[in-house]
Amino acid sequence: MARTITVDCLTRVEGEGALTIRFDGDSVRDVKLRIFEPPRFFEGLLRGRALEEAPDITARICGICPVAYQMSACHALEDAVGIHVGEPLRTLRRLLYCGEWISSHCLHMFMLHAPDFLGYPDAISMAQEHAELVRRGLRMKQVGNAILSTIGGREIHPVNVKVGGFYRVPAAGELKALLPELIRARDAALETMNEFSRLNFPDFERDYEFVALRHPQEYPFCEGRLVSSKGLDIEVHDFERAFQEEQVPHSTALHSVIKGRGAYVCGPLARVNLNFDKLRPLAREAAVSAGFSVPCHNPFRSILARALEVIQVIDEAIEIIESWAPPAYASVQIPHKAAIGFSCTEAPRGILYHRYEVDGDGLIQDANIVPPTSQNQKSIETDLFDIAARLAAMPHEEAVLLAEQTVRNYDPCISCSTHFLKLGIKRE
Amino acid sequence: MGDHQCPKLAVWKFASCDGCQLSLLDCEDELLALAGEVSIAHFPEASRAMAPPPYDLSLVEGSITTARDAERIHEVRKHSKTLVTIGACATAGGIQALRNYRDVKEFTSIVYARPDYIDTLATSTAIADHVPVDMELRGCPIDKHQLLELISAVINGRQPNIATHSVCVECKLRGTVCVMVAHGQPCLGPVTQAGCGAICPGCDRGCYGCFGPQDTPNTDSLGKVWLQADRQPDELRRVFHNFNAAAEPFSEAGSKYGQDDHS
Ligand code: SF4
Ligand code: SF4
Repeated sequence: MARTITVDCLTRVEGEGALTIRFDGDSVRDVKLRIFEPPRFFEGLLRGRALEEAPDITARICGICPVAYQMSACHALEDAVGIHVGEPLRTLRRLLYCGEWISSHCLHMFMLHAPDFLGYPDAISMAQEHAELVRRGLRMKQVGNAILSTIGGREIHPVNVKVGGFYRVPAAGELKALLPELIRARDAALETMNEFSRLNFPDFERDYEFVALRHPQEYPFCEGRLVSSKGLDIEVHDFERAFQEEQVPHSTALHSVIKGRGAYVCGPLARVNLNFDKLRPLAREAAVSAGFSVPCHNPFRSILARALEVIQVIDEAIEIIESWAPPAYASVQIPHKAAIGFSCTEAPRGILYHRYEVDGDGLIQDANIVPPTSQNQKSIETDLFDIAARLAAMPHEEAVLLAEQTVRNYDPCISCSTHFLKLGIKRE
Repeated sequence: MGDHQCPKLAVWKFASCDGCQLSLLDCEDELLALAGEVSIAHFPEASRAMAPPPYDLSLVEGSITTARDAERIHEVRKHSKTLVTIGACATAGGIQALRNYRDVKEFTSIVYARPDYIDTLATSTAIADHVPVDMELRGCPIDKHQLLELISAVINGRQPNIATHSVCVECKLRGTVCVMVAHGQPCLGPVTQAGCGAICPGCDRGCYGCFGPQDTPNTDSLGKVWLQADRQPDELRRVFHNFNAAAEPFSEAGSKYGQDDHS
């Protein structure tokens, strides 16, 4: 019987963390997801910087989802100065976000998560017996990257995103060149959904509170109200009134809770649960034929939520590109004035909240950033707590693997979650 | 992963965003081929399997910001035949080196409910400030083609072909019209090392220096051009003090145009 399960270095997650589960006999005493990723103090560094720099600076919080940071930064700063970029720049942003979701989800599904289900230490060794699956995954990921580099100049930390729009809009031909691969990828994504639906999912459910954006017409990216499966329904600018961050001793990342209620979950599973009716018909049909239905309370099945979202965004990307006509301008003018702005966008891993206070010279006075992984951290620990009884009865190696998998269900991005440790001073 | 006769590759992370090591996984076309040529012995972000030291090639991402990491980098050096730093964090302290211009200690104690929980140094420093480094790749993030070239050079025991000229040369090579001359856009291209393919000018914007200073950067004369074009000194300070703020030529240049302390 395992007394302590320790994972000194959590692997196949982005960033540095460790896990300890302690037992008293058969009952679990303590679960700690320790994050020792060194803090990088972004909110402090942003003070005194020009608002125009925020998309480039905040992108560096995370190399896996830089576009999410760029989108949240742009929307919050545009909210502050009272600007809407309008169509078609709004649509071009959606397309860029599609690229990031494809890349990030494929990275997680094929390279980080699938090896758990199929029993390999990594995707490269998995490729020896599942060559087609790994190659398909890499090729799908590549089409996401192609969208990112065509619009953004490069895949990681794209250079073309600007408060107010873009520096340059791509010509129709540049985007159309992506279509053949996207159309292939759409078929590959449908096949993947079917294939993953046959994986062996541990039998585990919990009564989560799911939180996601909800938009009246669309599957959410950058706009909407914040809603939850237990009745939360607020404007984005009320985020800090509804949610609260707590510092815990064992982690350099703050934990986030819903005031008065506690842990909640954001990310693909939350989005699919709360926005299933907003999925494109192709994605909804794929869900039905793969036997995936909502509400889904099994975090191990989050790989299916990701697979579904990949179908969704590839299909949307194709539609956007087919009707793309570049505007004569790449951005709208951003005035400088003292103001405060808020935004929440759907990063691949869930809601990413930004708040900025700017002065009349366009300099940032205060910033607050709440990334998805810190919001999910409490739920990850609770999942581990709940699954621990099962772990206690397992052989050690198997127990370690299942504990790790329980963490990887969330595709935690530890790099992101530490960067919001506040270095800023509250100004009175 | 891979065969035991193959050179052993290790990837290490310090304070960073993971973007540079992700560049390796972004080599979708080459990844499986590469895995046949090297044995990936330590790459926690991609694999649970971990082979013991020594390692033939260690790629180091991130900067040193904690006492623990300042010790850990010596362990990494000890176990690595060739140590290569990848990206602006590792080669110049990264964006987090902006803290070097401020009083971190005071900040932490004012702000954290429990600052004693936080282990952090007052500065973010490059890997080369702590241990000898054999080669470096610039960029925030690095360019994946440069990464592949470097790995293949190390495996084959030759010198990698990595340019040290400026981004301006890359603009000429790709036929991009100079954004400073044509549109009056401020650009750091003349003092920034090549490697990215001049993608910012390619997107109609000036370079913001993410590959760090080139060999012989004339930051003074570039500063003059910016000021003549009515850019504010403060803007010059900020652009030199960003992703390579602790690289000496940029650190000095930026400090000529103002104070970073905003507290
Ligand atoms: S150099 Fe830039 S891309 Fe690379 S790890 Fe540091 S912040 Fe990320
Ligand atoms: S042009 Fe300059 S800022 Fe842009 S990617 Fe290249 S080196 Fe980095």
